[in-house]
Amino acid sequence: MTIYIALIPAIPLLGFLVLALFGSTLNRKVVGYIGAGSVGLAALLTFIAGAHFIKSLPLVRSYSVVLWEWINAGNLKADISFSLDSLSLVFCFVITFVGFLIHVYSIEFMANDEGFSRFFAYMNLFVGSMLILVMADNILLLYLGWEGVGLCSYLLIGFWYKKPENGYAARKAFIITRIGDTAMIIGIFILFLSFGTLNINELMQQVSVKWTAGSSIAVLTAALLLGGALGKSAQLPLQTWLPDAMAGPSPVSALIHAATMVTAGVYLIARTHVLFSLAPIVMTAIAVIGALTLLISGFSALTQHDLKRILAYSTISQIGYMFLALGIGAWSAAVFHFMIHAFFKALLFLAAGIVILVLNEEHDIFRMGGLRKKLPAVFWTFLIGSASLSALPLITAGFYSKDQILWYAFSSESGNSLLWIAGIIGAFLTALYSFRMVFIVFFGETKTNPSFMPGKQMTVPIIILAVLSVVGGFVELPASIGNIHLFSNLVGNTLPPAVVRETGHSEIMLMSFSAIIVLAGIYLAYMAYLRKPDLSESFNHSRINKFFEKGWGFDTLYDTLVVKPVVWLSGIDKNDVFDWMNIGIARLTLLANNLLSITQNGKLRWYLMSFTIGIVLILTYMICR
Amino acid sequence: MLTVPIEIQILFAGILFLIGLVGLLVRRNMIFMLMSIEIMFNSAGLVFIIAGNHLKQPDGQVMFIFILAVTAVEVAIALALILQVYHHYKTLDSDAINKLKD
Repeated sequence: MTIYIALIPAIPLLGFLVLALFGSTLNRKVVGYIGAGSVGLAALLTFIAGAHFIKSLPLVRSYSVVLWEWINAGNLKADISFSLDSLSLVFCFVITFVGFLIHVYSIEFMANDEGFSRFFAYMNLFVGSMLILVMADNILLLYLGWEGVGLCSYLLIGFWYKKPENGYAARKAFIITRIGDTAMIIGIFILFLSFGTLNINELMQQVSVKWTAGSSIAVLTAALLLGGALGKSAQLPLQTWLPDAMAGPSPVSALIHAATMVTAGVYLIARTHVLFSLAPIVMTAIAVIGALTLLISGFSALTQHDLKRILAYSTISQIGYMFLALGIGAWSAAVFHFMIHAFFKALLFLAAGIVILVLNEEHDIFRMGGLRKKLPAVFWTFLIGSASLSALPLITAGFYSKDQILWYAFSSESGNSLLWIAGIIGAFLTALYSFRMVFIVFFGETKTNPSFMPGKQMTVPIIILAVLSVVGGFVELPASIGNIHLFSNLVGNTLPPAVVRETGHSEIMLMSFSAIIVLAGIYLAYMAYLRKPDLSESFNHSRINKFFEKGWGFDTLYDTLVVKPVVWLSGIDKNDVFDWMNIGIARLTLLANNLLSITQNGKLRWYLMSFTIGIVLILTYMICR
Repeated sequence: MLTVPIEIQILFAGILFLIGLVGLLVRRNMIFMLMSIEIMFNSAGLVFIIAGNHLKQPDGQVMFIFILAVTAVEVAIALALILQVYHHYKTLDSDAINKLKD
């Protein structure tokens, strides 16, 4: 068992080393085998480790393995040590399995790219870092993985670095997440100062013993860790980087900016849930932030023209649901929605990648259309993904995961009807924008013809993901339908269940209501974007549409509040006294250089003359001395 | 035998050296520059002879024979170089040959 735990993150990292060192000398086939193979092997090991884990479940709830000592200075001790419990098992499963499908897809997607081996090296490094993040035993190692995935995100957003705007998007993502990371590392410092240990389990035990609920230090630490989670998971107010991050290749958007890295914040909060339960104010803040984020980005997703930006805003909005669930203490519901979201959002990004690729880099959905007949495999999988995203009742996995969150938003101890209403409006918006995409891209008249058909390596992964987007929901069915709790029982070994209060409303009633809302959203999308396009025309040209499209003006706000003052200040500071010194040295050197180079004019008699003058001077000196 | 004071002898050699030096500085034709160098060589040789004569020792004349040999070699090399330069640049002007400055 321990050897599996050690090997799961090690194999992708080994793949990265091989590709980084020898990638340019290997041929593409071998690079593809190493890149996808290492993640596939990690997925296989995760399955084996998961099977072992579930078999021994009630007795052993977590395995851990210490590989070697990492830091030992004074009382600061950190090991390279991994642990596997049910929470990290779910994350590992999604990272390796969905990651493997995306790697297989990328072999064909990136086939003609000159940076083929570089791409797979970065992707393997990402998978390795993400696995370190979710399997880390101590919070410092978690932070290492946290920064590792941030680095890979930066490298892969700017993968096509020859376009300056891609580099800008990469820097933006890196800097904005860095704001959150700084808060997070301060939180880690406070934890270490208070308890003198970095081990997460020990920390959580100590926190529950020594800190009282609602004490200011617990609130402060939880708020700082929340800062890190907000940055990484693109939640309000640090959400502006994710739509621009779509500059990277589509498999990157699927793996990093939909399925795994952006949910690292969810993982962090779930992992340190003991601390967060001691800070009720922060919990309320998480729920409110989640609700606001899902509404704001839902409206923005409704107005985008770029297919991938719609999906990006949709990702922010769905992570908003996860934060809402975390905020009301429905830990298991958040993790469940994370898993289902990873399936259908990876599917949607991969399918969108195919559409964009076969239409020769066409991103604008209004220049697509009628692709239903031309790309049947992509159409059906995209339809299933959109149905799951908009939580089509009963048949899709998204329905069960989202409904659980909505139910707890209403009925859990810290839930209330306002959060539920936000969630319901969000569900309506989700259905509306999902089927807006489907109807505009795949129905109507054909505007651009596909230049080629996608091959098996791209269609098989999305078909597998489409199957998972439907059947993935049946591992967790609400009490009123089916009553299956495989998933929450598994995760319940690590995370406490949500506390439900008596509200007088039954789950089935709320569920039917949200189902009707979703169907209404789909019907409205059908009417407004397919049957009677003039319905949406007036909205498309309104001012509020522009406002939503620009992401509620957050970019402009940050630009005027932060970016411009900083640029202005550094412009002033450019010529301070320290710069004078440096510039002075440079100028002096240049001056001496110019003076000396006058003497080297290539004229022989000048040289002779200077010899003579020199000799005369020396002789004069020696005689007159 | 008429004896000339040693100061006059040294002065004569010095004047010879200066004539050579000035010729080297003012002439641009490389053949003449070479000739000026020869004059300077000879003035140096003359100083050796004068010193040898003054000290009544043969070493000065031995040195002069050495200098003659060196001068012969130097002239041979210098003439070969001048020939090459002339082939290349079609001129003997020393100021025209300044490609080495960059």
